[in-house]
Amino acid sequence: MTALAAAPTVLAAGAGAGLDPGLDPGDTAWLLAATALVLLMAPGLALFYGGMVRSKSVLNMMMMTFGALAVITVVWVLVGYSLAFGDDLGAGLLGDPRQYAGLGQLMSAASNGSAHVPLILFAAFQGLFCVITGALVSGAIADRARFGAWLVFVALWTVVVYAPVAHWVFDVGRAGRAGHAGGWLVNRLGLVDFAGGTAVEICSGASGLALAMVLGHRIGFGKDPMRPHNLTLVMLGAGLLWFGWFGFNAGSALGADQAAAVVFTTTLVAGAAGSLGWLALERYRDGHATSLGAASGLVAGLVAITPSCGSLSPLGAIVMGGAAGAVCAWAVGLKYRFGYDDSLDVVGVHLVGGVVGTVGIGLLATAAAPTGVDGLLYGGGVAQLGRQLTGGGVVLVYALVVSGVLGLVVDRVLGFRIDEEHEVTGIDLVVHAETAYDLHATAGARTAGHGILGAITQPAAQPSSPRREGEPRP
Amino acid sequence: MKLVTAVIKPHKWEDVREALETFGVNGMTVSEVSGYGRQKGHTEVYRGAEYDIALVPKIRIEVVVDDADADDVVGIVVKAAQTGRIGDGKVWVSPVDTVVRVRTGEVDGAAL
Repeated sequence: MTALAAAPTVLAAGAGAGLDPGLDPGDTAWLLAATALVLLMAPGLALFYGGMVRSKSVLNMMMMTFGALAVITVVWVLVGYSLAFGDDLGAGLLGDPRQYAGLGQLMSAASNGSAHVPLILFAAFQGLFCVITGALVSGAIADRARFGAWLVFVALWTVVVYAPVAHWVFDVGRAGRAGHAGGWLVNRLGLVDFAGGTAVEICSGASGLALAMVLGHRIGFGKDPMRPHNLTLVMLGAGLLWFGWFGFNAGSALGADQAAAVVFTTTLVAGAAGSLGWLALERYRDGHATSLGAASGLVAGLVAITPSCGSLSPLGAIVMGGAAGAVCAWAVGLKYRFGYDDSLDVVGVHLVGGVVGTVGIGLLATAAAPTGVDGLLYGGGVAQLGRQLTGGGVVLVYALVVSGVLGLVVDRVLGFRIDEEHEVTGIDLVVHAETAYDLHATAGARTAGHGILGAITQPAAQPSSPRREGEPRP
Repeated sequence: MKLVTAVIKPHKWEDVREALETFGVNGMTVSEVSGYGRQKGHTEVYRGAEYDIALVPKIRIEVVVDDADADDVVGIVVKAAQTGRIGDGKVWVSPVDTVVRVRTGEVDGAAL
């Protein structure tokens, strides 16, 4: 959220094209692109998560992301943005829900204060932050949540969990506007969170932990194999997430400027280092460097760099990403130790990675980076470390408690979990009346109404395989 | 007549098929199956969680042959499917009372 210095010539060109003279066409163009990149993270996450569940649950997993995209976007327009970025109602806790309700007020509004971009575009950009945060939560309750209950939960969660936290963290206030003091964590406490280590990562991880505890573990958790059904989807999804993350982080500079370029670079570096960190740990611990580890470490590195992307040097980003990859690779095992079934490791990757990134700012930040803060290791003392610990802790506790209460209410009123029989059968078929794959010729023929003839005219599977030695034992 | 059933490693399937055709076997039934023997399956690791995968993919070949050919066919399959490492599979022989070719109604030897 850095201030931007727009060149007069650019502004003149913008005015000639019919733009508000307060807008910078370059900054606006970048934010348009960045917003589209953040949208791409949703299908990227759907693939990432979809590949990690069993084949009988992949459509439901993807639908939880797409459903969150649809519901949160609407709720964000209706009231979410106003709660997060409306004039502060006092003490930096919440924005005015009436001020921008419906977003119609932004149709002809000028720039976003210090940043020279259309306010309505900023609203769309921030709305997609809420979308991805909400969608992340669903990974904790894979295979067992009722779809309708999930949609209701995520709509209410947008209002009572995400919007207030976004106000605390993302509303930096606007100079010269009375009543717009902004959120308390960023403006009063002095928390540094460039793109959402607290509001996005810690918030989604803590909310996921709360829901995992409310719904209980999957049938067979810890006993039956629940291995990922398609790791190629996971790799593809992780790649799309990384691509979208450039919009998420570098877009948060709200300008096509030096800050965005620095953030872009640290985001690139941390993802790579995160992948290496995870692979190194699992190669040491388990004996294999796995594809799931490469994808997971990539995401862990990106999670940790999200708050810190504007505070670190590229070398700092290597340390941050590598540390997050290794720590998260260790942390995903906690669910077996403590017995909560966070299906896809939202806690292990996003909560833990978010804490690493948020707290790590207090250690690794350098004033040479855009946010201009020195961490402990750069001679900044312990003050910033304390602010980071406080801000991260507050968001963690708030999201955990409020999401937990909200989850219990939804469970009590609507029922959050599907029937045991349906869970065993497979949630795709029962909830959506679809299955992702037609793996058996006879099944396809029966549903197509062609009887057995349809089955026998299907090309037979050829069991031949390349004649190679060295296949897995035996 | 005998039914020779072989469960072999998938990557040896083409070798076995070629050997049987060279011998003169005209047809066979082949299926993709899974199972395990004395050594059990294998271990896979996902995010540090180890899964014991009990079932290993295999190819099952079923051939009906004249009594006189049964031993030769078994020998051919064993020779073609052998790698010398664990998990090479099994071959067994069962008696067959009657075989009928559906198209012509021919029985037993004429139906093979």
